[in-house]
Amino acid sequence: MASLVGSRVERKEDKKLLTGRGKYTADVTFAHQTYAYFVRSPHARAQIKNVDISKAKKASGVVAVLTGKDIANDKIGGLIAGWRIKSEDGSDMKVPAHPPLASESVNYVGDHVAVVIAESLDEARNAAELVKVDYKVLKAVVKTDEAMKSDSIYKDIPKNLCFDWLLGDRAKVKEAFDSADKIIKVDLINNRLVPNAMEPRAANADYNPSTEEITLYTTSQNPHLARIIISAFNGVAPENKLRVIAPDVGGGFGSKIYPYAEEVVCSWASKKIERPVKWVADRTESFLSDCHGRDHVTHAELAVKSDGTFLGFKNETIANIGAYASVFATVTPTYLFGPCATGVYKMPAAYSNVKAVFTNTAPVDAYRGAGRPEATYTIEVLVEKAARELGMDPAEIRMKNFPTEFPFQQTLVHSVDSGDYNAGLKKAMEVADYKGFEKRRKDSEANGKIRGIGFCTYFEACGIAPSAVVMSLGCGIGLWESAEVRFNPTGNVTVFTGSHSHGQGHDTTFAQIAADQLGVPLENIEISHGDTDKGPFGYGTYGSRSLTVGGTAIVKACEKIIAKGKKVAAKMLEVNESDVEFKDGEFIVAKSNQKKTIGEVAFACYLPGTYGEVKSPLPEGEEPGLKESSFFDPGNFSFPAGSHICEVEIDPDTGTTEVAKYTAVDDFGTIINPLIVEGQVHGGLVQGIGQALYENCHYDDSGQLVTASYMDYTMPRADNFPEFKLGFTCTPATSNPLGTKGCGEAGAIASPPAVMNAVMNALDTDISMPATAEKVWKACQKMKKSNSKAA
Amino acid sequence: MKKITLEVNGKKVSKEVPDHTVLSVFLREVLNLTGTHVGCDTSQCGACVVHADGKSIKSCTALAADLDGSKVTTIEGLVSNGKMHPMQEAFKKLHGLQCGFCTPGMVMSAIDLLKHKKNPSDKEIRDWLEGNICRCTGYQNIVAAVKEAATKM
Repeated sequence: MASLVGSRVERKEDKKLLTGRGKYTADVTFAHQTYAYFVRSPHARAQIKNVDISKAKKASGVVAVLTGKDIANDKIGGLIAGWRIKSEDGSDMKVPAHPPLASESVNYVGDHVAVVIAESLDEARNAAELVKVDYKVLKAVVKTDEAMKSDSIYKDIPKNLCFDWLLGDRAKVKEAFDSADKIIKVDLINNRLVPNAMEPRAANADYNPSTEEITLYTTSQNPHLARIIISAFNGVAPENKLRVIAPDVGGGFGSKIYPYAEEVVCSWASKKIERPVKWVADRTESFLSDCHGRDHVTHAELAVKSDGTFLGFKNETIANIGAYASVFATVTPTYLFGPCATGVYKMPAAYSNVKAVFTNTAPVDAYRGAGRPEATYTIEVLVEKAARELGMDPAEIRMKNFPTEFPFQQTLVHSVDSGDYNAGLKKAMEVADYKGFEKRRKDSEANGKIRGIGFCTYFEACGIAPSAVVMSLGCGIGLWESAEVRFNPTGNVTVFTGSHSHGQGHDTTFAQIAADQLGVPLENIEISHGDTDKGPFGYGTYGSRSLTVGGTAIVKACEKIIAKGKKVAAKMLEVNESDVEFKDGEFIVAKSNQKKTIGEVAFACYLPGTYGEVKSPLPEGEEPGLKESSFFDPGNFSFPAGSHICEVEIDPDTGTTEVAKYTAVDDFGTIINPLIVEGQVHGGLVQGIGQALYENCHYDDSGQLVTASYMDYTMPRADNFPEFKLGFTCTPATSNPLGTKGCGEAGAIASPPAVMNAVMNALDTDISMPATAEKVWKACQKMKKSNSKAA
Repeated sequence: MKKITLEVNGKKVSKEVPDHTVLSVFLREVLNLTGTHVGCDTSQCGACVVHADGKSIKSCTALAADLDGSKVTTIEGLVSNGKMHPMQEAFKKLHGLQCGFCTPGMVMSAIDLLKHKKNPSDKEIRDWLEGNICRCTGYQNIVAAVKEAATKM
């Protein structure tokens, strides 16, 4: 049987999605359905003096109007920060209370004040306009770099400082800097982004008063986490009385990892009114209330010798985490950011210092790459600048500082198990035809355009684990993953995973793995996920972890199935277990033609005994059935790496920057399905290039979100891109038996610096993201002026 | 309220709806054809594209009442005799979709392109699909799928 691992298998999930037969949360409507509409704060910061719901309650079709006082009276708990970070001085981070409905103060535009529930959405929306909230408006704190100098939003949190965290050794860094020939400095803004999964968030909670069970459909990357948080922290219902289903989910990119106020409120309200409550965000609500991403202000320095050897690195960052500390808000700018900020290089001394600040803006949390794009942008812009200032080739300076021996103990945290960074960069330079750049530059120049080239070599730490380590660093959850492999009596298989697919293609990739392990045809394997009542508890999908952690759990469960199968087959064939081998779906007795298929063995496990032709006694002490589970907790993170090269062509008359050529060569270890992996890279690239050239989330000085629609926030579109050239190298991961490293975030991590380095190469000046036509045109005008002066 | 009669996916439907009902709501809420998706509120994302009298339109911005008497085809109406449309087949073959949310609109829009242009170039495909936002695929495999479908249609 040919191995499916490594094959471009078409996706099993596609037909339903292509024919309109998918089922997303907004598609689910229950009998006796009611519809929720949230009353949200129009102010960035205000005290709530009074909420008058009397008129709204009497409006047509209204079933209930619930406020922050109601939720407080019912003792529903607040939303949580899931990762405890300690400051450099040893003190704990400071976080404000985050009630699902505010009763005392609102802290960003879009903050939840009340919910109106009605027979129809139109009636709920109309009645919401009748809720009269009396606010005392206060001066908002908006800007990341001004937050520490502004009024405290919360009285117990001076300087709006959540924590002041340090990783690394300041004294060693000082020594390194003192001995340097040159110090390269950058001041960077990592622009705030809105994740913008195409499916807006939604929830539909259905309480059954007789069983006291709530069934919550929700747009989640992580239904098990939603269940435990809504049960254990919000206290809406005990875990055994809350079933969370994340059906087809239309993208997440981090923004759907954890439950929001709306899921908590809909679940609680459904219990209160004893009817199902449905909420579907419109896009404006998504802009206002989905967690945003990035938003760092960074000063970084690199100490170098004049031959280009790196000696030390310092990183001083202010990270905006918005009005409240969301679930992964505190780990994103710390452990996911700081360690990777030294890049893919040998760096004798380094530190990352991060001050996380509260502002009157939407909460900021993980967004595709989460911390690692910010880290990679910092070091890669710095390295390229170092090459420019030292007059070195950007590839040469990188290769000079690559580690060549693995495992490589990276400066700040990670022991990188495997990699070959030189091979990746060399391949990228070939695919990109780096040698031909100068000719292309001249051709562009002849056409009145300015061409630039930019590099990014990155590594990232994903497949986050092991649980014991992350918990010791403050993580409030474990980070293993579960799988259950269940043979049905007739020999086909259902695989349950605690991971979740919302575009990544688990139904196919995971089935490929199980098919190879068990020797069962792909079409006889179903992957089940997204329902807490079906599969075992798991930790969902984020941080490029599904395959390395969840995929391995499937392998381990399959190994247990085969181990049991061997015993049963040996009994059926009346031979010693040690004489039985398993290969391609068959248990074979060595040097004989005796064998049993895994299907026959499964059947025997479910019908153990003798009945006519069926002769399948189980070995003594063996239980009937064929179903095994595994909870896999890896021994280390995984470390994808790669080299990306971007060429841009700038029109100096309009300031338009076109990505003319883009090459990505990545090392994801073993690739299970190249078709899917390439798609992941393409998608990541577009999000990263979007950050570099188009996307920007902007609040005005009063805290109003100016970019709250697709008319104002520039989403990358089909006509913004060339065809990307992809290549792969492979050093298998040693931390999991599949050898996989994770591919979901790489494109978004590597592309912003590659693009920006190309823009800065073209314009020979620093420029901030997004490099909009306006900024680029201004830089071109400056360049023209200085050129004419020089002439 | 207004009584309207449309032919949706080959079937005649007559319903009384509030005047302000947009086609996407009519399809999703009244006819339960949830394959048509709504991804924004400013007629930008294109997830809701359907065909009305053979032309692609954004169903979130068309009043159902204005389409009284029209023939509407949604993503559910493309399968015939159990076989997917060549555009759907091409999207599957070349991995032109990930989460699937933008996909119905993308497919409906792409089919209309091929009515206008039999063998579009990459640039023509990208320009045409500018009104359909996809956050997952990076568009590359969508472009490849449309080209593939063009050879089959």
